[in-house]
This record gives sequence, C-alpha cells and structure tokens, in this order.
Amino acid sequence: MNKRLRHYIDLIIVLTDKEMKLRYKSSILGYLWSIGHPLALALVFFVAFKVVMKIQMDNYALFLICGLFPWQWFQNSVTVSPTLFLNNASIIKKVNFPRNIIPFVSVLQDMIHFILSILVIAGFMLAYHKAPTLAWIYGIPLLLLVQFLTAYGASMFIASINLFFRDLERLTTIFMTLLFYFTPVIYPVSMVPERFKFYVNLNPLGPLMISWRGLFLDGKLELEPVLFAVLYAILLYTLGSFVYRTLSGRFGEIL
Amino acid sequence: MNENAIVFEKVSKSYPLYHHIIGGIKRFIFNIPGALKAIKSSRYDALRDISFEIKKGETVGVIGRNGAGKSTTLGLIAGVMKCTSGSITVNGRVAPLLELGAGFNHELTGRENIILNAVLLGLNISEVKERMTSIIAFSELGDFIDQPIRVYSSGMLARLGFSVAAHLNYEILLVDEVLGVGDQQFQKKCYDKILESKQAGMTIVFVSHSMPEIEKVCGRVIWIENHTVKQIGETKQVIDAYIKAQENHG
Repeated sequence: MNKRLRHYIDLIIVLTDKEMKLRYKSSILGYLWSIGHPLALALVFFVAFKVVMKIQMDNYALFLICGLFPWQWFQNSVTVSPTLFLNNASIIKKVNFPRNIIPFVSVLQDMIHFILSILVIAGFMLAYHKAPTLAWIYGIPLLLLVQFLTAYGASMFIASINLFFRDLERLTTIFMTLLFYFTPVIYPVSMVPERFKFYVNLNPLGPLMISWRGLFLDGKLELEPVLFAVLYAILLYTLGSFVYRTLSGRFGEIL
Repeated sequence: MNENAIVFEKVSKSYPLYHHIIGGIKRFIFNIPGALKAIKSSRYDALRDISFEIKKGETVGVIGRNGAGKSTTLGLIAGVMKCTSGSITVNGRVAPLLELGAGFNHELTGRENIILNAVLLGLNISEVKERMTSIIAFSELGDFIDQPIRVYSSGMLARLGFSVAAHLNYEILLVDEVLGVGDQQFQKKCYDKILESKQAGMTIVFVSHSMPEIEKVCGRVIWIENHTVKQIGETKQVIDAYIKAQENHG
C-alpha cells in the first residue's frame, strides 16, 4: 500500500512538473500570460463600470483584482476539464493507472498559478496603501483547500460525463459565462437587491468568492460564507468522485 | 505454486454501442425512453466465452483479423477494462508497449519524456533516475535526447518508447503491433531485447499481423476469430491454418 502511495505521489510530481514546464517553456513570459488574462478582464470591467457607468465604489480596481484572480483559477480548471480524459485517450486505453490523477494535476497546476498571482494582488494592495494581514496566514491555505476541492470535484464530474455526452463541453462554456455574472465577482453582494440576496448562497461559487475578497480587501474571514464554501466544496467533491468512480471502469471502452 | 501468468475462464466482454449517447445530451434528454432502449438493446459482443491459460515465461502470439477482439483481450489483461462475465486472473505486473508516441509530449525533450513515460508506466522517480543512463544508451539517440521530441522522426520516437518499455518492472509484457517502425538494425535490437526478456522468464503476449514476426518469437498462438477463440496451439500449426482460412476467404 505504501509503495502505491509513493507511486501516486511520484505521478503527481511528474505530471505537474510537465504542465509547469510546458507553460513556462518558452520564457518567463509564461508567468505574464497567466496573470495577463485576469488583468485584462479587470481593465475591461474597470472601464465599463467605473469610467463609463460610474459605479459608486471606492478602490474598484483593487476590488476587481481581488475577485478576478481566484475566479480565473476556477474558470481555467473547469474550462479545460471536458477534454482532460479525451486528450489522454491513448494512455487511458492501455495503461492501468489512477485516472483521477489527470484532473487532480490539472487543478493543482492552476492552483500553483493562482498562488503565484497572489503576489500581484499584494502589489495592487500596496499601491492602494493596504497591507496583508495576519489572517492571510491561515485564511489563504484554508480557502486554497476549499477551492481545490470544489474545482477538483467539478473537474472530475465534467471530465467523466463528457466522455459519454460529448456536447457537455459546449454546455460548460455557456454555463461558466452565466455563473460568472451570477457570482458576485465584479459587483459586491451589498449591491445585490434584497430579494435576490438569498440566491447568492445558492450559487456554489458565491460564498467562496466573497470569502476570498473579504480576506484580501478587509483582511478577515467571515464565518458564514466560509461555512457555505466548505459545504459546497464537500458536496462537489463527493459528487465528482462518485461520478468518477461509477464511470471510470468504462473509460477504456468508450475512448 | 501457481505456474500460470494469465488465466481466462469463460470470459465474455460486451458493451453498449456508445454512439447512441455520444450523440449528445440534447438528443438523449429529448428522447430518454428511446435512448435507453437503444442502449440496452444494442450491446456489442467484443469477446464471447474465451478461455485460455498462459504459463509463466511463455511467449504467446495473438492473431486474428481486424476487429476480431485482439485489442480487447489485451485491454482485459492490462486491466483497463473489466469483463462482463467469466473470470480473469493475472499474476504479475503488466507493462504495455505503447503505440508510437503515446503518453509523450511533443514539446518536452527526450529525457523529460523518459521520466514522464516511465512513471506513467509504473516506475518511481528514483528508479527512473537510476536507469536513465541505460535507457538513453539503449535508445541510441545521442545528443537528440535533449531536443524536444517534435523534431524526432517516427523511428526515433519508436526507439525512445521501446527503450523506456525495456527498462520497466514487469513480469508480463503486452506488445500490440508496434514494432513495425524504426530501422532494421533497431528492430533487430528490439527483438533481441524481447528474446532476452523471454530468456529471463518474462511472459509476453504479442499481437501482430505479421506472421514471420509471430513465428520468430512465439511458442504458442491464440487465433481469435469472430470474437471467440478459433484455435490455440503450436505456432506453426495455427499459423498454417490461419493462412489457409484467409486464402479461402479472400
């Protein structure tokens, strides 16, 4: 058993190393690429909502950055998930290795990019004369774990189902666009009309994104959203691994 | 003591014809009863009632026409599929010889791909590092080993793949018509290596359409026809019968 665990860990190391190398192979620009997209999005929303529509909020640019970076991690992990098993068909059909390693590594490497981008968030905070707080020390690892489980669960779910229903890929793209605007990423919860506030907690990503922004902007974690986020993480992880375990025996047939 | 490496007892494998659902969620949801009926009624028998035993240290060829069920048999041995009925016993670690470039990444160098591939196929990182020099020497790729493999020719890719396979920990090697590439000299080296593993007591299951190859390495042959075993026996005997059947057929 110990030997299997050892091999499991080695597989994760090797595959993650591969993904990191591929991302950064050409140049250090690889890093700029991965922070470039959320920064560009932040610019777009800043122009649209602050410059043009004059939203009544202080530090709106910083507000956007603090929400868009964690969102981008989730978005990347989910968007690539439909093709994860498809792209590895040749080895899945021949080699008997734990296939959930593939979504695991995919989400893991997105998480590493997000961790690196926390530097950018900290940089913006300094520019706005705010400083990281002690709560970051326990808050960041906690939310990393919560978001990892959420994204890993979603990724296993989508990657497995997409082998059987190949149009799930398109639905995922549409779904992610909807989810983005229904999640308080580019607007604060306080601006959501009272009668819709209830729905924010029904969105599996809502409480998590609120927690991240609270941690970065106000330097503290609110209990309620964190509890909801943990709950959704456990639910999505359980659902994802259940679907994966039910279907994985058939991967070799369908690919 | 168990002398058998692989035992198939009345193994059948069938699966639904997945194209009914691969068609998409939309079609499935708008026609759930029809879709479910289609899935249930349209099972495809990939293998029917197959039984055979392969002893430890044997080299056994598997022949048959395309779609007869050879690859399904290998998939069942490798454990990437489960049988629908019957029982399969496999004693020992199984290593598949992958098709050209499978599990490789074209942007990475030969050396990086060796680590990636070998770990996927069951080695630990430390074991790969110990064997790295030997793997590179076997591949005869020289300075190319530190080039991204997108610049490799197909022959060079085959060498890289085979060199990794030759250094894995396994007792049972599965070869699925992959040796048709590479130059003559390297092909010979591959065969030598296969013969060497054979002498070292490895069990080898060898799928091929090339009868001379089968005759060269296999002691026994399983002929699969129409999803079931047509004949098992001495290489020469089975191959002669097979060739005769082909001639009559076409």
